[in-house]
Amino acid sequence: MKYYTYFPGCSSSEGGAKAYGWSTQAVSKVLDIELVELDDWNCCGSTPYSSVEELASFCLSARNLALAEKRGFDLVTPCSSCYVILNRTNSHLKQYPHLKAQVDEALAAGGLKYNGTVRVRHLLDVLVNDIGYEAIAAKVKRHLDGLKVAPYYGCQVVRPRFGFDHPEFPDSLDKLLASLGGEAVPFPLKTRCCGGSLIIPEEALALDLIGKILNSALSNGAECLITVCPLCQTNLDAYQSRVNQKMKTRFNLPVLFFTQLMGFAFGLSEEDLGLKTSIVPVERVLAKYL
Amino acid sequence: MEIRRRADTFVDEICNIPGGEGVRLCIQCGTCTASCPHADKMEHTPSQLIAMARAGMREEVLSSNAMWYCLSCYLCTVRCPRGIKQTDLMHALECLSVREGLSHGRTLTPAMYRSFNDFVYSLGSLPEFGFMTWFTLLTNPLRAFRMLPVAWRLFWHGRLSIRARRLTPQGTNQLRAILDKAESLGGVP
Repeated sequence: MKYYTYFPGCSSSEGGAKAYGWSTQAVSKVLDIELVELDDWNCCGSTPYSSVEELASFCLSARNLALAEKRGFDLVTPCSSCYVILNRTNSHLKQYPHLKAQVDEALAAGGLKYNGTVRVRHLLDVLVNDIGYEAIAAKVKRHLDGLKVAPYYGCQVVRPRFGFDHPEFPDSLDKLLASLGGEAVPFPLKTRCCGGSLIIPEEALALDLIGKILNSALSNGAECLITVCPLCQTNLDAYQSRVNQKMKTRFNLPVLFFTQLMGFAFGLSEEDLGLKTSIVPVERVLAKYL
Repeated sequence: MEIRRRADTFVDEICNIPGGEGVRLCIQCGTCTASCPHADKMEHTPSQLIAMARAGMREEVLSSNAMWYCLSCYLCTVRCPRGIKQTDLMHALECLSVREGLSHGRTLTPAMYRSFNDFVYSLGSLPEFGFMTWFTLLTNPLRAFRMLPVAWRLFWHGRLSIRARRLTPQGTNQLRAILDKAESLGGVP
């Protein structure tokens, strides 16, 4: 049994990516991972906070890190944005002493102290490096033979270099997929941006980026796409119809969280994995393996 | 008394924000601009923005839409031959722009970021439904009609929670105390 402190992030806890949280827990159970949710965690602040109120944004993350430090385990999050923001706070606090002094003072107002010892990790990193491809392959009950999948990393799981994989040509998710029996299609845009939170204020621009990614996946023969981030999944899945409307395309590509595909291969049920929460139906491509 | 050029003071101001110090290192090779998915949508490309900042064009830089189109995809950051963290630099410019009241018009991103932050400050978490509705009604109520199909599909698939996740009362108070203290310290530096 391996123990971690778990930081679901807003989206995977009670937000639009609930299914990511469910499938993360379900898959962890199969792999003997104990994810203990951080008590009373707060939002990491994501990009919006660090773009408007710099000091407050570091304080938001620092509170989570200080709470996690008391527990002593690595802090694991399935969300790429939380991953970058928490890691960025860690590295900035080391690099800028005057910033650390201010953050310390603010934390003290809440009766907390952070010594900078928490290691922040993405769920993908934990699964491929702590558990390993072979241990994952050993749990597979439904071999996904010949399933053509586009492994989409997005930006923030690999950039900037907090590093367990290459910032532009990563392959950990490709290998993970292979251990489930699936086939990763060539996917040149696998680390290009999905538009992120700009889907809200600048929808037209983000739809353009989403369209390019879907097109790259489909033109390489993908039957479905897997993501490692709640926002990427929402953009590629829920906004697919908007892309079709705007660009006169007919995309109908199922988009799964990578933990959902893992769980399916492990033989877990549709309910455990929240497969019904996908907007573009996923059953179509998975039915042949049931 | 030391007499300083306008350009120096603006560059100093940027350098004082963590991540902003890279502005001095740029060699204008254009790698960031060539890597940026939104460079063609910005009034000034990332490398132009740095050149303008170093020329002391304070108001032009801070009122530009460029940094608000930054996706935080960090492609420029990992490719820069000088090791400049452009994404952090963009965030630094955004913060200065807000502080100076220059983040007006032409893009809704600053307004979206502010609505996001208001929710996070008051609840400690981000209720997506409430935030999206609030932002849309605040900026362009007509857009709400266009968004209805997307919202409906999310709701139908159980992905729109009306109820917000809340921290415990002690947690909420603790977070407020920390954020209020941060505000009283007046931001970085």
